[in-house]
Amino acid sequence: MTDAAAPLYDQTARLFARKRLIAFGLPALVLIYLTYVFFSFGVPGLLERARWDNGRTLVSDAFSYKTHVTRDNRSGKVVVAIEGERKGTYPAGRSPDWVTTDGTATRIDLGHGQTAIFLPGKKVILELPDFGKIEAQYANRRVETSLGAKLPDWVSLSKSRLSIELEGARLTLTRNKTEVFRYFPGWELFFFTLNSPYYGHGPLEIFFGPRIDPTRSNIIGAWHDFWNNAMWRHSDVAWALFETVLMAFLGTFGAAIVALPFAFIAAKNFSPLIALRFTARRLFDFLRGVDGLIWTILLSRAFGPGPLTGSLAILFTDTGTFGKMFSEALENVDDKQIEGVRSTGANAAQSYRFGVIPQIMPVLLSQVLYYLESNTRSATIIGAITGGGIGLLLTQAMITQKDWEEVTYYIVLIVLMVMAMDTFSGWLRNKLINGGGGRR
Amino acid sequence: MTQTPAISIHEDYLALVRRRRLYGGILLVVFVALMASGFNLADARNAGSFRNGFTQIFDFPADVIGEASGKLNQLPAHFLRFFPALVETINIAAVSTLIGASGAVVMSLFATRGLALWPRAIPLFRRVMDFTRAMPEIVVALVLIYVLGGGPVPAMIAIAFHTIGALGKLFSEVNENASLKPVEGVRSVGASWVQTMWLGILPQVLPNFLSYTLLRFEINIRASAILGFVGAGGIGYELKNAISWGQGKYDEAAAIFILLFLAIVFFDQMSSVLRNRLTQGGRS
Repeated sequence: MTDAAAPLYDQTARLFARKRLIAFGLPALVLIYLTYVFFSFGVPGLLERARWDNGRTLVSDAFSYKTHVTRDNRSGKVVVAIEGERKGTYPAGRSPDWVTTDGTATRIDLGHGQTAIFLPGKKVILELPDFGKIEAQYANRRVETSLGAKLPDWVSLSKSRLSIELEGARLTLTRNKTEVFRYFPGWELFFFTLNSPYYGHGPLEIFFGPRIDPTRSNIIGAWHDFWNNAMWRHSDVAWALFETVLMAFLGTFGAAIVALPFAFIAAKNFSPLIALRFTARRLFDFLRGVDGLIWTILLSRAFGPGPLTGSLAILFTDTGTFGKMFSEALENVDDKQIEGVRSTGANAAQSYRFGVIPQIMPVLLSQVLYYLESNTRSATIIGAITGGGIGLLLTQAMITQKDWEEVTYYIVLIVLMVMAMDTFSGWLRNKLINGGGGRR
Repeated sequence: MTQTPAISIHEDYLALVRRRRLYGGILLVVFVALMASGFNLADARNAGSFRNGFTQIFDFPADVIGEASGKLNQLPAHFLRFFPALVETINIAAVSTLIGASGAVVMSLFATRGLALWPRAIPLFRRVMDFTRAMPEIVVALVLIYVLGGGPVPAMIAIAFHTIGALGKLFSEVNENASLKPVEGVRSVGASWVQTMWLGILPQVLPNFLSYTLLRFEINIRASAILGFVGAGGIGYELKNAISWGQGKYDEAAAIFILLFLAIVFFDQMSSVLRNRLTQGGRS
């Protein structure tokens, strides 16, 4: 009996040894690979090089904005502007209530009990609750302060420039200008810019209140000012979103239309000629292998930046993908149905229409609709490369490195757009495929 | 009188067919109109028009091929020079697929009814996956490039982030079809949740998981090449340099085009062979 069982024991032992090898060997291989990549990507150096201060500005800018109060030290003029941009400048005499002018002095309440006073003669006085008073002045071609030699770490001072970090604010003094920023939470001027009469009015007032601008009705005027908001450019953003969706739509369905006839040529059971089949298949492989990136580059050389280039890039790549998928679907078609249709005396076109199309349509549609969602994302990326749609706006806002609230806005819109397309394509798929019968 | 029901059924059927055809026709007309007007609109909003561009479509490839064929002897040297960049692109894709797939396995187990450790949190995990799936890689990559500086790591994180959501959804669909009997069996002997998943579920779903992961790897290679183009290292970055240099470096651009094309085709074929083996191995 032991003799008979011996080979079995051996076999089992070998099996276990192999399993153990796999169980320990595979994770070990992965670990070795990850270690190699860790060093080849230069991760240790990366953590030193990383600009965490950039990260901090990015995050704080994403949900807050700063208002600049700037005194031109040559003319003595004080300007209050949101984000320091001209589009966000407060008209003279309409400064926010935390900035008060008293003769030649400007008093700025910086919150947390902090106050800054701009005085003529390039002078500034800061009153801080737990530190006391700081006086600074640009005189004798240098910045002089009352702080003495030992500076706190939130003050940086050079010969030509003083910069003080405060709580939720910052002050800088140079020869040309004295400036403070004060941070506030939120996205300012999202609805109306300061030059719009509707700025500072709530929705209730706009919808039901008396006319704010006597020349036009509230709703029309408010919509106009919102839509043409110079700071947030809502109409441009809406167009960009539309362009991105358009690229995805044209690219996906265009590719499906082009791919269908070629798929018949590439399918074993519909195409008698091997040479033709081979050519069609290599064409699909080529279109897919060249990849969206290279198509985008090639096409943008011919057509320039814009939605057409993006659409065609998606169309070219996906013709390859769809061609392969469709021809596989066609090869799995059941011949009995075609035979049945043909037995009633149908010609070739009719037997395709009633024998083949009903069989493959659900498969094809579901694949195409699945790609519609994924291509919305691709269209964003292609737009960033070739210049069109929301991808372009995103990269433009990133390049300025300060409009992070706009970047956040675009990211939110992109995510919502992709989710909406996902929901829409899922709904349509359900409707078209299950809608005929079954689920009701 | 007795024949009326039959006739009316026949009539009804014909009316139904006619109405269906009408709807189908209307749908087709609307679709064609949408496509045509869409292309017109895209054409109008494009910098160059289709009609003018169409004749120039082969200009750039002709330039590239012309210059590359003039310097054909330098091509092997270029291949060698850009090969490390290609390896980096593939490494980005491989690591992000690895990380993303591991994350997706965990997320999908947490998001499947009947398997989840905390059933109350299923919608939460699903929303998280929806969110990571909806985020285009370029968005995460650009933000991370600003903080971490250019290089492969931002691309890797960005692709992994998207992969978690994309694979997580597919994985949880696979999980839903898994048989619960092994789970009951393993649970009945007092296994913890991790053990139940490890021994009861994973052996069932692993072939499908692997097959989807391979497909994702192929997609991620393309994504990683594209992200290189916006500054995340790898072959895309080299391509951008070669192209923006313009005439004079087109031989390099041609070498990169060829490398990228061959790599994509190679991994495409490899993954499709492996996937076929996986699905057929599971069946036999």
